[in-house]
Amino acid sequence: MEFSEHIKTANVEDVVLRRPFYQPTKGTLCVTGHHLIFSNRGGDSARPFLLLLRNIDAIEKSVENLLGYSRLFSSTGQSQRPSVSSGTITLKCKDLCVLQLDIPGMEECLNIASSIESLSSLETVSEMYPFFYRPPFLSLQDQWGLSSTEQHYAQMKEIHDGWRVSQVNRDYSVSPSYPPAVIVPHSIDDETLVKAARFRQGGRFPVLCYYHRETGTVIMRSSQPLSGANRKRCREDELLLQAVIDGSELGYIIDTRSSQQAQQARMTGGGFESKSCYRGWKRLHRQLEKGKVLQESLIKLVEACGDQSHSVDRWLSKLENSKWLSHVQTALSTAGLVAECVERDGHSVLVHGSEGTDTSLLVSSLAQLILDPDSRTLAGFLGLLEREWVQAGHPFQQRCAHSAYSHVRLRHEAPVFVLLLDCVWQLARQFPLAMGFSEPLLLRLAKEVYASDYGTFLCNSDQERCVTGVKERTHCLFQSLLRANERQHYSNPLYERTELAIWPSIQPPSLQLWKGLFLQWTDDALHLVEAQKVIQNLVSQCHRPLNEKVENTDG
Amino acid sequence: MMEHIRTPKVENVRLIDRTVSRKATVGTLYLSATHTIFVENNPETRKETWVLHSLVASVERPPTTPSGSHLVIRTKNFQVLELLVPQERDATDIHASLARLSRPEKYSELYCLSINPTANKEEREESWSFLDLQADYRRMGVPNNLWVGTPANSEYRVCDTYPSELFVPKSATPPVIVGSSKFRSRGRFPVLTYFHQDTLASICRCSQPLSGFSARSQEDEQMMQAIMKANPGSEYIYVVDTRPKLNAMANRAAGKGYENEDHYTNIKLQFIGIENIHVMRNSQQKIIDIKTPSMGDFLWGLESSGWLKHIKAVLDAGVFIAKAVAEEGVSVVVHCSDGWDRTAQACSLASVLLDPYYRTMKGLMLLIERDWVSFGHKFSHRYNHLDGDPKEVSPVIDQFVECVWQLSEQFPCAFEFNERFLIQLRRHVYSCQYGNFLGNSQKERRDMRLRERTYSLWPQLWKDRAQYVNPLYRADHTQTQGMLRPNTTPYCFKMWKGMYNRLEKSAPPRHSPADLLTAVREETQQLEQELTNHQEVAPRGTAHSGTKQGIQTPKSKMKRPGRPAPSTGDGSVDSPPHDYRSTQRGPPDPAMTLPLGPPKGSDPDDLSSACSDIESGVIDLSSRSSSGGDDCKDPESDEAIYCPAWSGTRGPDTGRLPC
Repeated sequence: MEFSEHIKTANVEDVVLRRPFYQPTKGTLCVTGHHLIFSNRGGDSARPFLLLLRNIDAIEKSVENLLGYSRLFSSTGQSQRPSVSSGTITLKCKDLCVLQLDIPGMEECLNIASSIESLSSLETVSEMYPFFYRPPFLSLQDQWGLSSTEQHYAQMKEIHDGWRVSQVNRDYSVSPSYPPAVIVPHSIDDETLVKAARFRQGGRFPVLCYYHRETGTVIMRSSQPLSGANRKRCREDELLLQAVIDGSELGYIIDTRSSQQAQQARMTGGGFESKSCYRGWKRLHRQLEKGKVLQESLIKLVEACGDQSHSVDRWLSKLENSKWLSHVQTALSTAGLVAECVERDGHSVLVHGSEGTDTSLLVSSLAQLILDPDSRTLAGFLGLLEREWVQAGHPFQQRCAHSAYSHVRLRHEAPVFVLLLDCVWQLARQFPLAMGFSEPLLLRLAKEVYASDYGTFLCNSDQERCVTGVKERTHCLFQSLLRANERQHYSNPLYERTELAIWPSIQPPSLQLWKGLFLQWTDDALHLVEAQKVIQNLVSQCHRPLNEKVENTDG
Repeated sequence: MMEHIRTPKVENVRLIDRTVSRKATVGTLYLSATHTIFVENNPETRKETWVLHSLVASVERPPTTPSGSHLVIRTKNFQVLELLVPQERDATDIHASLARLSRPEKYSELYCLSINPTANKEEREESWSFLDLQADYRRMGVPNNLWVGTPANSEYRVCDTYPSELFVPKSATPPVIVGSSKFRSRGRFPVLTYFHQDTLASICRCSQPLSGFSARSQEDEQMMQAIMKANPGSEYIYVVDTRPKLNAMANRAAGKGYENEDHYTNIKLQFIGIENIHVMRNSQQKIIDIKTPSMGDFLWGLESSGWLKHIKAVLDAGVFIAKAVAEEGVSVVVHCSDGWDRTAQACSLASVLLDPYYRTMKGLMLLIERDWVSFGHKFSHRYNHLDGDPKEVSPVIDQFVECVWQLSEQFPCAFEFNERFLIQLRRHVYSCQYGNFLGNSQKERRDMRLRERTYSLWPQLWKDRAQYVNPLYRADHTQTQGMLRPNTTPYCFKMWKGMYNRLEKSAPPRHSPADLLTAVREETQQLEQELTNHQEVAPRGTAHSGTKQGIQTPKSKMKRPGRPAPSTGDGSVDSPPHDYRSTQRGPPDPAMTLPLGPPKGSDPDDLSSACSDIESGVIDLSSRSSSGGDDCKDPESDEAIYCPAWSGTRGPDTGRLPC
């Protein structure tokens, strides 16, 4: 490994670390290939503080060389040795934590800073920490991932008549961002799929993501059709969609772009399903922001949360100006619309935007959470994320290269996944009993997606994960989260399964800023964490003695 | 009041659901002496909607349409009722009746006085002795060798808006008291409101001095000096003027103003900047009017209403005082102009922050009784109990209650009571179902002989405390101990949805984790009880299965309070719960169904007598179940008792939000 060339100074003594919730502490700072390690000099039982370099979003340094100089001439007049120059490094992390290191020695400070800068921005996947992380409690022999398309299909007996698993993408040649296996209508053969794929951006032809038992209708997702300026048609694509609504008179296409955007997309070869070509499909447009707009929204929000000095008016205007809550509202309302089509109207839905790797996934997974009690359990939710985000080819590596603090020019960054987590949090807040998982899980995921010990969020697609050996040489986060002790921590103590759909309120007063995430490093968050603990204790206190007594009685 | 009711009963009235669907239910509208009552025709549900006249804020009559005349009733607790009356003449009558009934002209027309409680003298007297203010002073260690009671204001001779029993520094002689009171607006001289035993620092309150540009009063200066001396630990006192400095300066031109630091030795003057009652009234109106379809409009409306800014200012005042007292050990004298609005807010909030006792149910009652009721907060003027000067109306206590709520959001384990308690408290301030908040001062209440003619609210709230308990409250939790140090960064303040958007469909207050926990706890207790019985009956586990099933159902029973909402389970709502289709331009109102609360189960006593004089159709209703209010507790048990004769089938929680 060549990490060592980036490390000019590996160790510095007498560094002062300042971080939220802790008193400043003095200790030794050590830079390794993937971590900053800070150990308290006292060396008590206190574990060293470990920071994944990948977690660092931005680094600011200020070097003070004048300190010693000014002291020489200070009026107190004590003749001092000119104290050594020192520097301060401010680390702004992707989990929104801001910490500060006071480092004695200007040169050391600059060395450390430059090591952090280069090591935190390494982009070779196979050099990333998940390839080196070997905890004793996990084995590389374990299954990577929770499930596969085939297993998922096998569990849904009720769809076996109308739907089949197609391996048409087994070598990723039909769609590089799709998994090898997908679920499609029984009546559509692979050849048709191949042709339909050529008519969809990135080969992402419509595939099944959710089957609604009560109505027998489905949610599908895809990318935009490549109808282009000449209004090209593709018979196979039309056949595929026809097969989806086979027998029923109507299906809805929820296009996550405005109709104007969809029109414009034709100029660049994209487009939309025209009414005349897709009989029985009705198109609805709901504009969801993504890409740069979303990233900038996050940046503005985090900036607003970081400044505690302004007045209520200014805070509210900054909050409004960030538009983040508007994005939450639109995402939830579009998902609500999809769910409504499926559950209330009994019509199948196809969701797509342009690439079909961002907002489509957001909407389809939120709709499933609204409708499907199975996806609201801890394991079910992680399974949903695996299917709808990891396997479905959300380009995590591109989207989460940088977070809200980075000064680097934006390329493909967009916090779509964070937006999903926020929406899920809003759902969980409105339905405190309906989710099997708790806020700490969402917070953990929000952190892991940017910087992780695990390989789950590496790469942009299943194909890339195979090529780089992620599945053989890293551990799977989802598996790890489901281990007994973790499961306990991430479960909702109030969970009580409901078979009903949970219709979120999208009225603005019902949607709140996710303090747990955006203000997690303030005192305010601490009180809420305490309250969570009390809830946990209460529930366990209430149940435990009772259960014991019942057992005694039975015995 | 009966003479104002022109039409006691109108049939075939439509109650329009103000959600997207705008579905209407047909029923009969009754006007009683105290309530507007709408009873659904549907024999399955017979849903009732009760609106107390004293809670009606306005009745509008939009232009008549071919289908009939509309009536829009807006209540003081931010609910809206839209009716469609077939005959225009009926609509005119109802409108006129309600306009009159909702604006009583004399105290004797108010609910608590017009509805003569079936005189149970003992019970009534007992209700008034439920709280003992003097005992609370003793709890904080007053009187002592620093602070003593003064008889100066017995018979309200010195200040007719103050209580008769007051505490002043031991060294304050009667001439000093009288002299000081002459130099203060409306004679409200500095007196003790809270004494902090740990630091011996105190909070005193008064009105502004009549200083003008140059006037001074030796006695008033001596009074302040005495207050400082009453705190051996400090060399100075803070004088907190809760007004914006500009307002205070403007008052000097009228011969009032603030303390001149040159004349008073050892005071530090601090302005806080809480705006006056007119600004607050307008601000609240704006927050009520916020139309909320889009997030941008909502946040913009929230900002331009200024409401949260004012809430923060009030809380900041409390924090400043509490810190001075607990952390610096310095006594504080608080005033505004008259010392009965902003001063009441600031002093009572400081007490909440300083003393865990005021974060309990009984403590908060005492605090309101002391800092608001006894010290002459003008309840009847501020909350428009009688048809009076609209410029006197202002949501002063609303802001105090909301500050407490904001605190409880920040410290979820620190308060014994829940949000419902605060909402209920505020409601009673407006509704006048009890005598506590009538009039504008202790003297007025005494002159009205309210203790002989009405009941006190407090024991009633106490009786219902089970539904007001915050299950997360732990007397021994760190959040519960000592002083609260809230974060007052702007992002800590949010719109109080439970107050202002109460009737939104999904996730109504009943679905909060807190409610679930309360239910779980009750459930557990009950089951443990059953278990005990069970063990007694059948110690070797040969129990009959009935009991055992009981044991195994805690989870399923929990469902009721925590039922994840929405609509489908309940059967009362069969349209999609939210307007996902027209996201941005939908009708603005949050989904509103109609449990406009009848007076809660708390006052069947007054109601029963109320019904003697209204027409027979309504009498049945008096035995109404507790369905419908904000307070719908587990309806099953209640209904077993209250199940009205006319309702053959037991309505599923009569049209409530799905619980």
